[in-house]
Amino acid sequence: MTLHFLGKTLKNPLVLASGVLGNNKQILERVHENGCGLVTMKSIGPAPRDGHKNPTVIDLGCGMINAVGLPTPGYAHMEEEWQALETRTFPLNASIYGGSVAEYQTVAKFVAAKHPDFIEINISCPNSEQHGMIFGVSEQSAFDVVSAVKQVIGDIPLIAKLTPQAPDIAKIAKACEAAGSDAICAINTAGPGMVIDIESKMPILAFKKGGLSGPMIRPIAVRCVYDIFQAVSIPIIGLGGVTTGKDAVEMIMAGAHLVGIGSGVRYRGIEIFKKVNQELNAWLCAHDTTLEQIRGAAHGRDAVKNKGQAQ
Amino acid sequence: MNAIQTPVMLRVAQKKIHGPSFASLYFDHSLEFKPGQFVMVWIPGLDEKPYTISHHSKTGFAITIEAKGIFSKKAVALEEGDLVGFRGPFGNGFNILSSPDIAVVAGGCGMAPLAPLVEALDKRIVFIHGARSKDFILYPERFDTPRQICTDDGSQGHKGFVTDLLEREIITRKKAGTPPLKMVYTCGPEIMMYKIFLVCESFDIPCQVSLERYMRCGFGVCGACVCGRQVVCKDGPVFDSKHLRTMEDFNKTALLKSGKPVQLDQYFSWRCQ
Repeated sequence: MTLHFLGKTLKNPLVLASGVLGNNKQILERVHENGCGLVTMKSIGPAPRDGHKNPTVIDLGCGMINAVGLPTPGYAHMEEEWQALETRTFPLNASIYGGSVAEYQTVAKFVAAKHPDFIEINISCPNSEQHGMIFGVSEQSAFDVVSAVKQVIGDIPLIAKLTPQAPDIAKIAKACEAAGSDAICAINTAGPGMVIDIESKMPILAFKKGGLSGPMIRPIAVRCVYDIFQAVSIPIIGLGGVTTGKDAVEMIMAGAHLVGIGSGVRYRGIEIFKKVNQELNAWLCAHDTTLEQIRGAAHGRDAVKNKGQAQ
Repeated sequence: MNAIQTPVMLRVAQKKIHGPSFASLYFDHSLEFKPGQFVMVWIPGLDEKPYTISHHSKTGFAITIEAKGIFSKKAVALEEGDLVGFRGPFGNGFNILSSPDIAVVAGGCGMAPLAPLVEALDKRIVFIHGARSKDFILYPERFDTPRQICTDDGSQGHKGFVTDLLEREIITRKKAGTPPLKMVYTCGPEIMMYKIFLVCESFDIPCQVSLERYMRCGFGVCGACVCGRQVVCKDGPVFDSKHLRTMEDFNKTALLKSGKPVQLDQYFSWRCQ
């Protein structure tokens, strides 16, 4: 199921979501070997950061709630990792974040010099007051951060990762496109939500609130991808609650070019990528169709015909 | 197995102090459990940390804690009736062989995860336990299985290392022509486990090692505990020789909370804060 995405060749349309595994080259490689077309590093920030105290990740059965809090060694303290990644044999998406447009730019410039295949800007994490999401809920700040990053990363394709907390995610996507983003990744976690332990009378997460992910947010993700597809011509990485091949089909019909998987690793293991690929192929075979034919199919024929290609 | 996902709050039913720095906390709650698995222990308002289950029965379980850092000092100071949250059990647990030709090698509080294993194994196994000194020998009266003790200061048993005793056992068996060890199970300081692994490798004996890394989710998603290409909370915490051979980070590096890989001594001094 080899395909082209922003000038790069991927072995299949599945993407590892940022924040899941992604901590070192070896585990990224293992995820790739297990059937993931494009792996994403954990978001890299401007300075060393521990993230929040535990509990940080809780499985609620229908999905998870997390407030890990953007832990990062800091872009300038990952020399061994960058060296290891130089000899990688898989396509790499480097996720970055900052606390200001200037910080995004600094991190992006440094990371670009390490030659990842893509740079994803996380303007959508709800788990820090100072980082991420505040840039993804206003069209102007999304535009500013995308255009600033675009200036310093040369010809590396830029992906903007969006939050469903934006009042109108399609408008944010349009602003990112206008600022030069090469693709949209949607969605980051929804909410934030909260779970309270009634015996101790305390929120379970140390950060109290956290982003929701997994099957419970899939309808939100599908709606967001659908809205974004109508608003922009650049390709979309659709993610949020995908755990099966049929979920992937749905996301592609909403307009996704690639399909991300994150929390799904919780429910089906690292092998989920292989399984979803098999299920997706089986579905396409059984319906005698292709990825291209079903992409955006939920929008009707004319809407799809007018879309640009993502080559 | 039906692991608990959202913390279940349990009251400390009983507390037993062992020596100068250990305490076991008992809870009246039935858990499905395999020796070597761990639970995430939540003290509301403080933190949540992984601990292996040290005692297990049909109606309850216990964890044994060594007071080292902020969390563990608070945990050993808990009293009967105090509320503690649990998620789990998580992880793979030991792969249990039924044979008398087995060695279990514990170092310090590495005894805790091995204790339920020893109780599940043949009583004729070779059981070696090392500690700093006599006072740090956990569960002195617990086992029917005879135990060979060694201490760093010689205050009890052999003065020296667990590897001395293991090697002696292997060589004695070789000379006597008795069956070689079929498996060595170990838990303790990582440097000790690494040396046990090397001894096992040199004599072609398989071993299973229980590793420790900083953890967040406990179920293989967040990646905080990766060791090479293995996810310690999900693929482990028990790893066999086949995996250990490929784990470049074993006895070398571990990730700090930020995700930065550091040398083990730096990691452990941070963990004990």
